[in-house]
Amino acid sequence: MLSVKGLRQRYSAGAVLHGAREVLALERFEAAAGEHWLVLGASGSGKTTFLNLVAGLLKPSEGEIEVGGQVLARLEGAALDRWRGRNVGIVPQKLHLVSSLSVLHNLLLAPYLAGLPADTARAGILLGSLSLSDKAAAKPHELSHGQAQRVAIARAVMNRPKLLLADEPTANLDDANCFQALELLENQAKECGATLIVATHDQRAKARFEKRLELDA
Amino acid sequence: MTLAGISLAYLRARPLSTALNLLLLALGIAMITVLLLVTAQLEERMGRDARGIDMVAGAKGSPMQLVLSAVFHLDAPTGNIPLDDALALSRHPAVKKAIALALGDSYQGFRIVGTSKDYPAHYDARLDEGRLWNEPMEAVLGAEVAAKSRLGVGASFAGAHGLAAGGEAHEEEPFKVVGVLALNGTVLDRLVLTSIESVWEVHEHGGRPSGRREITALLIQYASPLAAATLPRQVNASASLQAASPAYESARLFRMIGVGVDVMRAFGLVLVLAAGLSVFIALLNALEERRYDLAVMRMLGASRGKLMGLMLLEGIVLALLGGIAGMALGHLCTEALGAALKAAQQTKLTGWAWNPQEPWLLVLAVAVGIAAALLPAWRAYRADVALVLAEG
Repeated sequence: MLSVKGLRQRYSAGAVLHGAREVLALERFEAAAGEHWLVLGASGSGKTTFLNLVAGLLKPSEGEIEVGGQVLARLEGAALDRWRGRNVGIVPQKLHLVSSLSVLHNLLLAPYLAGLPADTARAGILLGSLSLSDKAAAKPHELSHGQAQRVAIARAVMNRPKLLLADEPTANLDDANCFQALELLENQAKECGATLIVATHDQRAKARFEKRLELDA
Repeated sequence: MTLAGISLAYLRARPLSTALNLLLLALGIAMITVLLLVTAQLEERMGRDARGIDMVAGAKGSPMQLVLSAVFHLDAPTGNIPLDDALALSRHPAVKKAIALALGDSYQGFRIVGTSKDYPAHYDARLDEGRLWNEPMEAVLGAEVAAKSRLGVGASFAGAHGLAAGGEAHEEEPFKVVGVLALNGTVLDRLVLTSIESVWEVHEHGGRPSGRREITALLIQYASPLAAATLPRQVNASASLQAASPAYESARLFRMIGVGVDVMRAFGLVLVLAAGLSVFIALLNALEERRYDLAVMRMLGASRGKLMGLMLLEGIVLALLGGIAGMALGHLCTEALGAALKAAQQTKLTGWAWNPQEPWLLVLAVAVGIAAALLPAWRAYRADVALVLAEG
């Protein structure tokens, strides 16, 4: 499903500050469809960079990434954006819900921007399964952190992605909520048959995942 | 969910800034709309009143005053001219049609015009009621005069000396209404028409010795365009007459008013440009607030072009709303202005008229909106998603 070969990522944007520092080097990584992986590493070990590369948000300095048979380097511009919208679900660390849109519209944004028909029924079912039905019309600032995270997860799986990525989903959560968040991600990934990749430096997550990728820069 | 819907949601999310931008833009567009409507209606009205009148002959003085008084009935006459000179001029071979006017009295501020039946015929006037005058002291009312004074056929009234309401009344010489004209959108609507003899009668019986007969002005249509080159010069050479061209004098008047109109139009444009600047700053600030939103949209599959479109659309939506509100406001203001001037019996203005140039105002507003959104849109296009998402 996901296959990475000879991946190298060097900073160019911050070249003056960092030199041409290598932030990620990964010789080989394979994840089969439906597998759940944990990407571990200290801050600055390139976890977020890895997720951005796999999602096609960054172009690698070297190496090849293939997701579900699609070689990312062969996609450019709008086609890459469209591919990402339809195949990759992302739960960013800071969630980034669109503050001027309601919860329901935040969910519907995913199919709309990916060029898919607005699936209001699926949005309703997802909100129900995440016990957010009564928040459909609420604005993001009216939600608790836990609720906002569930909305971000729902948004990521709206289009039934092949690949579900989550960046530090357990940061700032107590133990109970930490495991609940991971369970939600696993359940939603299972429901869409997606490969789940969770990047974290949180050691509490280790216990739940058999497959682990350790990054160290 | 559409891009326009998302733009509207963003505009609603910052109501104060949106309201300020809309207000600025609407005021500028409203100002230009008012100028457009007023000048077009004045020009049209003056054009209709002066249609077919190539030259006015009257007493020496200001040619503009002569035109304003004899054609548009907006000013006091320059004086009177001897009937004999007027008759001589009307028999000139270069003159096709000559209509004599005798002014001097008014009724409730509406002018009483002594003239021939050629005068209503010149404006294709139709009678709404009654007939035209045959005997001295019979009068025909213009539609507005009849409506305002509530006089009908068979009623009688006394003219007042002078052209403003409240002059000395000629009680002993009452006019009898024999007809009312249908509304026809020309100066006739605001006039009381009678025979020239009536005007003479009123004034001669008013105690003055009946000397040489006089009229006030002669409206002249040339027999051929060539007459324009010679006739005015001949008239001006005579001791008692001067010639004035309604076309030339109204163009001159519009040039004089035009300076004021240009200043106001420039002011309106400055308002529109200020609105554009304000929209630009608002969008640039919004871009700063929204860099995460934009990054997330890219993350969800929106292309760079779509984000650029979103910012442009926001400028366009603002501009369209402001432009439409401004045009509506402009029409309302013109109607209010018309109502205010109607009380002063000036030329009628209405806000419920459409000017063919108005769509250009929307084009102007949208162009300003696009110009204001261009740089923010470009920056949205250029934004580096991964960097923004990573910095959190």
